Amino acid sequence: MSTSRIVETLVGLFVALGIVALFFLSLQVSGISQLGGERSYRIYARFENVGGLKVRSPVSMAGVRIGRVGAISIDPQTFQALVELRIDSQFADLPVDTSAKILTSGLLGEQYVGLEAGGADAVLKDGSTLKLTQSALVLENIIGQFLFSKAAEGSGSNAAPAAKP
Amino acid sequence: MSEFSQQTAPALVRIRGLSFRRDTRAIFDNVDLDIPRGKVTAIMGPSGTGKTTLLRLIGAQLRPQLGRVEIDGTDVHRLSRRDLYVLRRRIGMLFQSGALFTDLSVFENVAFPLREHYRLPERLVRTLVLMKLEAVGLRGARELMPAELSGGMARRVALARAIALDPLLMMYDEPFTGQDPISMGVLVKLIRTLNDALGMTSVVVSHDVAEACSIADYVYLISGGKVVAHGTPAELGRADSPWVDQFMHGLADGPVPFHYPARDYAADLLEDGPNT
Amino acid sequence: MNALASLGRRTLDILARMGRATFCLLQILSGLHSVLIRPRLIVAQMYSVGVLSLPIILVSGLFVGMVLGLQGYTTLVDFGAAESLGTVVALSLVRELGPVVAALLYAGRAGSALTAEIGLMKATEQLAGMEMMAVDPVRRVLGPRFVAGVFAVPLLAAIFTAVGILGGYLVGVGLLGVDDGAYWSQMQAKVQWGKDILNGVVLKSVIFGVVANWIAVFEGYDAVPTSAGIGRATTRSVVNTSLAVLGLDFILTALLFGGIR
Ligand SMILES: Nc1ncnc2c1ncn2[C@@H]1O[C@H](COP(=O)(O)OP(=O)(O)O)[C@@H](O)[C@H]1O
Ligand SMILES: [Mg+2]
Repeated sequence: MSTSRIVETLVGLFVALGIVALFFLSLQVSGISQLGGERSYRIYARFENVGGLKVRSPVSMAGVRIGRVGAISIDPQTFQALVELRIDSQFADLPVDTSAKILTSGLLGEQYVGLEAGGADAVLKDGSTLKLTQSALVLENIIGQFLFSKAAEGSGSNAAPAAKP
Repeated sequence: MSEFSQQTAPALVRIRGLSFRRDTRAIFDNVDLDIPRGKVTAIMGPSGTGKTTLLRLIGAQLRPQLGRVEIDGTDVHRLSRRDLYVLRRRIGMLFQSGALFTDLSVFENVAFPLREHYRLPERLVRTLVLMKLEAVGLRGARELMPAELSGGMARRVALARAIALDPLLMMYDEPFTGQDPISMGVLVKLIRTLNDALGMTSVVVSHDVAEACSIADYVYLISGGKVVAHGTPAELGRADSPWVDQFMHGLADGPVPFHYPARDYAADLLEDGPNT
Repeated sequence: MNALASLGRRTLDILARMGRATFCLLQILSGLHSVLIRPRLIVAQMYSVGVLSLPIILVSGLFVGMVLGLQGYTTLVDFGAAESLGTVVALSLVRELGPVVAALLYAGRAGSALTAEIGLMKATEQLAGMEMMAVDPVRRVLGPRFVAGVFAVPLLAAIFTAVGILGGYLVGVGLLGVDDGAYWSQMQAKVQWGKDILNGVVLKSVIFGVVANWIAVFEGYDAVPTSAGIGRATTRSVVNTSLAVLGLDFILTALLFGGIR
């Protein structure tokens, strides 16, 4: 009698442990809880280029994560990228002149949206759009610009402004 | 009146024209055999003749190439799976090894067929199991595990389990081998009393001439895939066939050779075998 | 000539074995309802295949996670991307190592025991005895073991994965100084519930569970009922399960996580 009771209890414990593990994987590892109906509000930002930014990438301010990227789409009029940012409700009252940058953590790390608060008194509301944005740094473009400017410097010092390579 | 009806009643098990082969080797070749109702029938023969195989053919665990086995008028090998399983509830079989479930206690082993087939209240299961264990004299051993039993006790527990469903037909595969004289005597007595008290029909497979003859009402001797003799023990004891004589009186050599067929002994020894 | 004949015979043997295995699975599945109405039998088997496998799953999961943490860190730190450690550890475990290693450990710990147990029941005529008592051994013996195993493997895989991620955390954050928040947030950013957790840990390990338990109970049921025969069946059970799991994993990874069109 009692041994079968022990067996039952241990099996119950095993199943419970498995379910806890599944919950852990669902909530803590995949972070499903951070997405969706959790109290948050949306603001929008337009970028020339979002680089490697993904849905669910972090949104941070002064290094603190305050939300996530909810959606990325193309604005059909301007052909710019339209990024929906979901900011946790506890970080309400961001000034309207807050600016957004797409930054990279580390040299090859993932990209995230960095917000910088401005000084205005008016605050962003659900659905507002940020005016000031700075696109992602695309490594190829930077290297291209760098090479171009070097080439320009070189030709400048040769004092041949008319010459075009 | 009852005596008369018993004698004319059709046999419980009728085997007709049974042929069974394993690969190419014929184990049975056109065997006819009747197991009379309510009697203890012994089937004897040298080991390896296929006595166990015969029991498995009767229980439809094996299927013959030719011939039929009828139990109470139905051909067991024609039955659907479902009907066969229904029929098997009426058949008990005591395996040579006992075949007790090693992870269940004695009590649970005997309760097993009851629990599998009927939804009985626990009290009733307990009563039935204790009755069966009492019949084999092991009511006190119910908490033991099979590993803790002696060979003779294990076989008696297996017997209690086999009769748990009150079978019509009880088959014993070599119940006496490997038993000491006392438990052998106990088993002989048990088989006889169970047969008479519960109105069963019993088939006892054995090569133990003395024990088998002491309980059997009728004896079949099989060898080389055929029935070589049958009759009451008394009739067989008087038979003048040299084969029957050799088997019944345990002579080492005779029509049944002592040696398994082989080539010449001297030639075998002189040759350098590949294994040496 | 002779070699050809034996090759042919061996091929036919393998085909016949596969046929018997399929038939065995169908028999188990057709008797499933009679197993499911007796949860007691399943619970008893869950104990021997699940609870008793826990220690090896916990210890192995922890160590695999710790190794991943260490190895991932030394690779990532060169690129200044040590914050991605959580992602690397979690994705490796969730998609591949969790279900695969858990299934392999299960085959060694529980599958082999199932095969040996059933083979021994056959050798000692317990299965034949059951048949003569009008109890179908496929439903009574194979069924509950199969069902319990199919339940146990995904749970073990989930536990293995979770413990592995904690092991990576222990080494990465505890010893090597990766940022605590980054470990989790990077992981949460990259690991998707449907694609990774559901397809990886859950779907893969359910499939592995079916295959591992199918092979284990079949090999036992089909064993030659001698001590050498049971030994061979046990070896075959572990080897075949391992090969099947690794082969299937490739197919499943290609199907679920793409890469091959
Ligand atoms: N599973 C089997 N496979 C192949 N041959 C078998 C098998 N079982 C029994 N045999 C052979 O069938 C013959 C009859 O066996 P069996 O019925 O056990 O004999 P007995 O019970 O009379 O000693 C034996 O010669 C044995 O070699
Ligand atoms: Mg025998």
